[in-house]
Amino acid sequence: MSLDTYSFSGRKKQVSNKKLTWLESIYLVAIAKGMWVTLKHMFRKKVTISYPEQTRPFSPVYRGLHMLMRDDEGRERCTACGLCALSCPAEAISMTAAERKPEEKHLYREEKYASIYEINMLRCIFCGLCEEACPKQAIYLTKSKVFAKSNSTRESFIFGKEELVMPLEMAIQNSKQNQA
Amino acid sequence: MDNTILIEKSVIILVVFAITMLMAMYMTLAERKIAAWIQDRIGPNRAGKGGILQPLADGLKLFAKEEYAPDTPNKFLFVLGPTISMTIALITSAVLPWGDKLHLFGRDIILQSADINVGLLYIFAVLSVSVYGIMIGGWASNNKYSLMSAMRAASQMISYEIAMGLSIIALLLMTQTLSLREIALQQNGMNWNIFYQPLGFLIFWICSFAETNRNPFDLAECEQELIGGYHTEYSSMRMGFFLFAEYASMFVSSAILSILYLGAYNYPGMDWAVENWGVNIANVIGMLVLFIKICFFIFVYMWVRWTLPRFRYDQLMNLGWKKLIPLALFNILVTAVVILLLK
Repeated sequence: MSLDTYSFSGRKKQVSNKKLTWLESIYLVAIAKGMWVTLKHMFRKKVTISYPEQTRPFSPVYRGLHMLMRDDEGRERCTACGLCALSCPAEAISMTAAERKPEEKHLYREEKYASIYEINMLRCIFCGLCEEACPKQAIYLTKSKVFAKSNSTRESFIFGKEELVMPLEMAIQNSKQNQA
Repeated sequence: MDNTILIEKSVIILVVFAITMLMAMYMTLAERKIAAWIQDRIGPNRAGKGGILQPLADGLKLFAKEEYAPDTPNKFLFVLGPTISMTIALITSAVLPWGDKLHLFGRDIILQSADINVGLLYIFAVLSVSVYGIMIGGWASNNKYSLMSAMRAASQMISYEIAMGLSIIALLLMTQTLSLREIALQQNGMNWNIFYQPLGFLIFWICSFAETNRNPFDLAECEQELIGGYHTEYSSMRMGFFLFAEYASMFVSSAILSILYLGAYNYPGMDWAVENWGVNIANVIGMLVLFIKICFFIFVYMWVRWTLPRFRYDQLMNLGWKKLIPLALFNILVTAVVILLLK
């Protein structure tokens, strides 16, 4: 068997330029076949997802927007060690460390914290390596269906601590659930 | 002529006009919906429930667009093009019988704008004028693509008009009349012409696809080669008139098809209905039946459009001159021989 005629997919068809018979040349049979195909398609299940009302189901391992976690007492867990930034293949994370003052003990868990923590959402590829690298379990990729909203400036896609840190209400709710 | 008949005919003309316009409007929605269903989509569904207001939104959009005319020496012809298309598409319906008769206010009302004894000839005359809208529009656009499209439309129309006329001659041999009302009356009681003229029906049907410039014969407006063809330079409602005229002529040619071949307003058991339920009810049902037949043909127009690719130009000409015309001649011969033998 030569390679020219062998079909790897099993769907190969030999093209022929033979002259059409009279019946073929008035196209009617072929047209009827085609019309039958389209008629069947009319009653098929529609593939459209009416977007704002319906959303596509996510994969169970879906990774969404990042969140900087708080502990049970509502303190930020991040110590600005920089391992997430180091592990990030897209180099999307940057941060500035600062030392915790004595009166800020209720705000930050360790003596060192991130005064600035930024993720560039245009660079981020949502691989989740930052989550794996974090020794303090401070950064997580949520299953939130909220995405980085579209905008006309690149700067607006650099998410700072306002967007990233877990809201206090959520932390309070979580610790209540843990106690119960 | 008394005044009552004037009022009667005016009302019929107005109603036919309104129905044609309304149908053309909603055929645009139907086309988009059917296209969507055939492609496994949902189709327009945002304007109103299930997209029912979509034609209004489209119309509003077209009216609100800037009316732009190219720098052409033929400003008058440029406006005349869409005008002819629209007018011709609408005046064809003048001789179509929409039902037998109604008995209202103590008089018989014949449901037809004008029962002229050369109705069929009139339709042919009007249909062949319809290409002038495209031709003049394409010529006046001062654009090579539009001109090519106009030439294509003209040559296509000439080729298919012959086959169409020949297929009608076979029908005329049977009916012995050109009056559409009489042709409709002859088909009473399942005597539909399609059973006696299946080949003629098929040829007429194929040719009416070409006459209305619908896919697979829409070479005059193919986007790929002619960037829209004759309506490339048109915008706003002038363009809307071209598009609207296409749908209006689709409606009218579906009506012609149903009247000539598919028994017009006749349905099985019509005589029984006239005897038992009265003339009025029987004929209202008849009108609905005609309407259903028309809708069927319109559906097939759309179904074919979203199934078949466009013919290549030489294929189009081969089909018209080498296949349809000999077939139509053969059909005339067979019909004539059978009529002669049965006498």
